[in-house]
Formats: sequence, C-alpha cells, structure tokens
Amino acid sequence: MNTFVQAMLFQAGYNVALVTVGAILLGIASGSAGTFLFLRKRALVSDAIAHATLPGVGVAFIIMIWLGGDGRSLLGLLFGSAITALIGLFLIEWIPRRTRLPEDAAIGSVLGVFFGAGIVLLTVIQTMSSGRQAGLESFLLGSTAGMLFQDAVVIAIGGFLSILGIWIARRPLTIVAFDKDYAISMGYDIRKIDLLMMGLVLGVTVIGMKLVGLILIVAMLIIPAVTARFWSNHTDEVVVIAGFLGGLSGYIGAVLSASAPSLPTGPIIVLIAIVLFALSLFLAPNSGVFSTFIKHRKTKSYIHRRQGLLTIAKGKDVVSSFTRKLLASEGLSGSDGLTDKGRKLVTKILIDENRWIAAKEIYPDKDMNIDYGIKPIEETLTKEELIKLDQYIKSHKFKSITYDY
Amino acid sequence: MITEFIQFSLTPILIGILAGISCAVPGNFLILKRQALIGDAISHVVLPGIVVAFIFTGVISTIPMLLGAAGAALVAVMLIEIIKRLGKIEPGAAMGVVFTGMFALGVLILEQTDTSKVHLDVEHALMGNLESLIWLKAQGWQSLFDLDVLKTLPDELFRIIFVCGFILFLTVIFWRWLKIVTFDEEYARTIGIHSSIINFSLVIITAIAAVAAFESVGSIIVIAMFICPPAAARLMTNKLGIQVIWSIVFAILAAIFGYIIAGYGPLWFGSENSVSAAGMIAVVSGIILLLTCMYGPCRESVGQKKD
Repeated sequence: MNTFVQAMLFQAGYNVALVTVGAILLGIASGSAGTFLFLRKRALVSDAIAHATLPGVGVAFIIMIWLGGDGRSLLGLLFGSAITALIGLFLIEWIPRRTRLPEDAAIGSVLGVFFGAGIVLLTVIQTMSSGRQAGLESFLLGSTAGMLFQDAVVIAIGGFLSILGIWIARRPLTIVAFDKDYAISMGYDIRKIDLLMMGLVLGVTVIGMKLVGLILIVAMLIIPAVTARFWSNHTDEVVVIAGFLGGLSGYIGAVLSASAPSLPTGPIIVLIAIVLFALSLFLAPNSGVFSTFIKHRKTKSYIHRRQGLLTIAKGKDVVSSFTRKLLASEGLSGSDGLTDKGRKLVTKILIDENRWIAAKEIYPDKDMNIDYGIKPIEETLTKEELIKLDQYIKSHKFKSITYDY
Repeated sequence: MITEFIQFSLTPILIGILAGISCAVPGNFLILKRQALIGDAISHVVLPGIVVAFIFTGVISTIPMLLGAAGAALVAVMLIEIIKRLGKIEPGAAMGVVFTGMFALGVLILEQTDTSKVHLDVEHALMGNLESLIWLKAQGWQSLFDLDVLKTLPDELFRIIFVCGFILFLTVIFWRWLKIVTFDEEYARTIGIHSSIINFSLVIITAIAAVAAFESVGSIIVIAMFICPPAAARLMTNKLGIQVIWSIVFAILAAIFGYIIAGYGPLWFGSENSVSAAGMIAVVSGIILLLTCMYGPCRESVGQKKD
C-alpha cells in the first residue's frame, strides 16, 4: 500500500514517475484521438493497426541484430512497427476500394494475417539468438516492470507529441467527425483528413505498445471515447472528456501496476477504463441507464395521470388498473370520484388540452401530434406562440372543451 | 520418412484443416452479413471463459473449458447487444468495448491465479500447440487401419472432427434458410422465417467453431480463418454454394501449405528450428486472399470504378 501512495504522488522512483507521466499523456492522446475515430464509426480499424505492428517489431529486431546492434532499442522497434502498421492501414483502405469486400472483412483479414506473421517472426527470434532473450512478448500485453529509463522518456515524449498533433489538427478533425458533408462544402479534403486521423491513431498505437500492449491498445482508443459520449453531445466536449478519462485510466493503472509489478500494465489500465465506462453507462445524468429509466417512468405516469383524470372528468370509467392505482396513490381520486386535489389538476389539464387542440388548428404546418398529451404544451411552444394561442382560444373562432366534474 | 510424416505431421495438418473448415464455413455468412468481426471478438473472449472454467474446476480438461468459453462468448454477445441498445452506440465500438474489456479481465485473472502446474498462459492461448499434437504410435500408412493404434490419436483430433462434422451438417440442413436470411431479412420475415433465431444460431455456431479451433490451434488461426478463406472465396464466384466450397478449398490449402512451410521451410534455409505453424497458416491464408484480390474473377463489385 505504501508503494501505492508513493507511486500516486510520483515519489516511487524516477522511472515509475516517468512511466506514470507517460501513461497519463498516452491516455489523454489515445482518448482524444479515439474520439475522432469513434465519431467517424471506424473504431475497429485501430484494432487492425495495432495487430499489424507486431511483424514490424520482429523485422526491426532482426534487422538491428543483423546490423550488429542490440536489437532492443525501443525507438528502432517502434519505427519498424509503424512501417508494418502503415502497410496494414494501406491494405484496409485498398481492399474495399479495389474489390467488393466490405471494410470489416478487410479489417479482420489484416488483423489476423499480420498478427500471424508477427507470431511467426517471434518464433524465429526465439530460436535465433538464444542468449539474448529479446522480451518482445512484452509488446503483446505491455509491461512497465524493468522498463529502461530511455524507454520511459520515449513514451513520455511520444505521448506529448501526439497530444500536440491532435491539438493542432483539432479543427478539421472535429468538423469531419461531426458532419462530413458540411466539411466537404467547407472545402476540406476528407480523404486527407481521415489519413491525418489515422496517422495520429497510428502514432498513439505505436507509443502505447510498450505500455498497454498491442492487443489492448485498441481499448484505450475506443473505451474513453464511448464513455465520454454519455456525458456530452458536443464534439469538442467529448474530445476533452475522453482525453481526461483516458489520462485518468492511464494514471490509476500505472500507479497500481507500479505497486504490484507482477501485474501486466495493459489489462489494469483497460479495466480502469472499463470501470469508468460502466459507471457512466449507468449513472450519466442525461443518457445513463438510470436517468433514462427514471425519465421513462415520469413520462409514463404523466400520460396515465392526464388521460385518467380526463376520462373521469368526462364521466367515464378508467379501465387501466395502473392508472387507477396511480390516481389513488397520488390522492387525485377516491372511491366516489375526483378529490379536490384531483379537480384542481383537471382544471389545469383541460387548459392544456384545449391549448393542444387549438395549436393543431393554428399551426397546421407543425407536427403537433408528436408531443400531444406527452409533454405540457409550454415545453413545445415558445412564449410568443403561447400568447398567440391563448388569444385564439379566447376568440369566438375556437370552441373550448368543457366537462362537468 | 513416411513414418515420420505420419507421426509428427499428419495429425497437426488434419487438425489445421478441420479447424480451418469449421471457421471458414460460418465465416461465409458472417462476411455477407457484414459481421466479419464477430469472429474476432469471440476469439478474444474465449480466454476469460477458459480461465474462469479453470478456476472453478482446478483442472485443464476439455468439457469445462469448452463450456466456459462458450459461456463467455454468449455473455460477450449479450453485452454487445445491451451496450448497443442502452447506450445507442454503434456496433463496432460496442464490440470493441466488450471484447477488450473481457480479454483484459481474463489476462488479469490468469496472472493472479496459480497456473504453474498446468499449461495455461496467454501465449499458449494465442499460438495454440498444433506442433505438439503428434501420433507417436503410428508405424506407417498401415496404422491408419489399425484400431488399437488409431485410439492413440490425440483427443483434439476427434473433437475437431466432431465439431467440423456438426457445423457442416447444420449448414447443409439449414442451407435454404441461411441463404434467405443472409441475403434478404425482410423477405425471410414475410415467408415466416425467424431471422433472429437464425442470426443467433449463427453466432452460437461461430462460438463453437472458435472454441473448438482455439483449443488446438490458438486464436490467431481462428481470426484469420473466419475471414480470409471466405473473403477470398467471395472474389471467386457469385454463387453462395460455390463460394462455401471455395472457402473450404482455401482453408485446406492454407492449412497444408502453412504447416509445411512452417515445419520444413526453415530447413531449406539451413535453420534447424521450425516456426509457429498457426502463424504461418494465417499468413498463407492472407497470401491467398491477396492473390484473389488481385486476380479473382469476381473481385469487383458491380459498377466499381477501375483504377
């Protein structure tokens, strides 16, 4: 626990602190870059890109050994992985353009084949230089244990550069993600901007490989973006929130992993992101499951209360047992008809009802049936429209409904 | 030479072929229904299923593992559906959330559990152990007719034969329904076919294929075989029946050539060690797909621009 607190305060050694900073920067970069990907509905392209990095790692290692180097230089490995990821990205774009296969088939085949090639290369490396265990497997699931100082620096700088890139390109990316046709009319070249977006995603993927691992880096691109979507409907806000959530997951995950070095870093960071996602799914104020449920209940009660009271006022029997129970429990009706409270409410509802009927007559162009009886009319019309409506109701042209209750 | 081939290579090749066919056949329908990535998602969630099954039973035995994996696949499909509906999230992203989350959970539980006495780790799950499925008792071709020796074949072979046969059987039986639902769900509904049942069964079949293949060949082949052979087959013909047959042919070719290149290829280059057969089978299936993308007779969609 002690190491945990120390790691949280960036006090658990220089390396851990640097890795934590790297994880935060990476989380911010992947969260915000992933938002554009998510809004363009291309979330899973990143999965294929990530898997396509593996053969590049293997080839780079072999070439570096062949040139007489150590083979474990992180920069060299990342460079190699970026090359094969680019080839994979090109194929994902090329296959649906040249053939009749859809994009998802292209994504899946690139993912499986490149990953298979990567595994083949890993088995080659395992037998190649037995003395030098390359530890390339750590790229699969990520590992911060025993990370070298310069590796941590590479990750931190890479994360920073990705964030910078996203910040510079934020305008065109946002416009294209929000409304493609509008972006075209503004003179943006969609293909170029998509390419730019993919470039940023590729950068994040490559940097995140050592930390989160290539199998799970896709989670850091998708989950914060999806989570942020629950908290806002504005593209710019979603990008910022996703960046924050990604950074938070990276921070907590890196700290936890520093205090328990046997745990792989990638899965921890991803699970933190999943927890944030689950919390948002249920608790988000506007589109969360609970608030949707409560809204649904409220609307249902409103409709039943309104219809039930109008039925009684007309002098008819309420058939629905749900409505009867609702009215009784709210003290609006008793065994001998409406209560005083109920009568007062009926007066109000009748005003609303008359307004709705009148509104249908004077605003024939508006589709008044959408909210009729579901919302009070004040929530549909503007103040000016309401004043005009009431004037119409008072005039002789309109015949109001009245009941004897 | 022949004896050696039968002892060390015949079973892995057969298992590779059967696993490939088991994945490729349902893959045809997944690709046409634009659900190609369901196979990818399911092969990721197999890991947590197997880990949980291991924790409950404490042993690595097939039936609990298969049940656990199938259960995890079901949970994943349901979660994807729930998240899609509750959050109004596009299917690709919902899938991404679910399978990465479950995979991360699987890895974490695996690292926390003492599996030192059994052969269960992430790498094994990815790569499988195709090379170790050998048939030492075999003495030559005549062993294929010797019941006592046949009994010593690896159990994985019998299981994959069963699963492959089951999948082919179902495909033939429900062929007409599958075809109609795949191409025109509206029409299927008007003639009284419950397309949701067919779709759900397809997912279950996919899960069974993924789990059975996963056990012996690892998840790399599973992902590649769900997509590459049927995708390549799609570029060869316009007829669904012929497409399925092509996909089987491609799966067989990939398994045979992949295994042989992985096992004997390095020898030709003077190296003594073989490379991952599962990975090589995936690579060969990718090469087949690439060739059909360039030369397949039906590679272009109607009206596609030639560039």
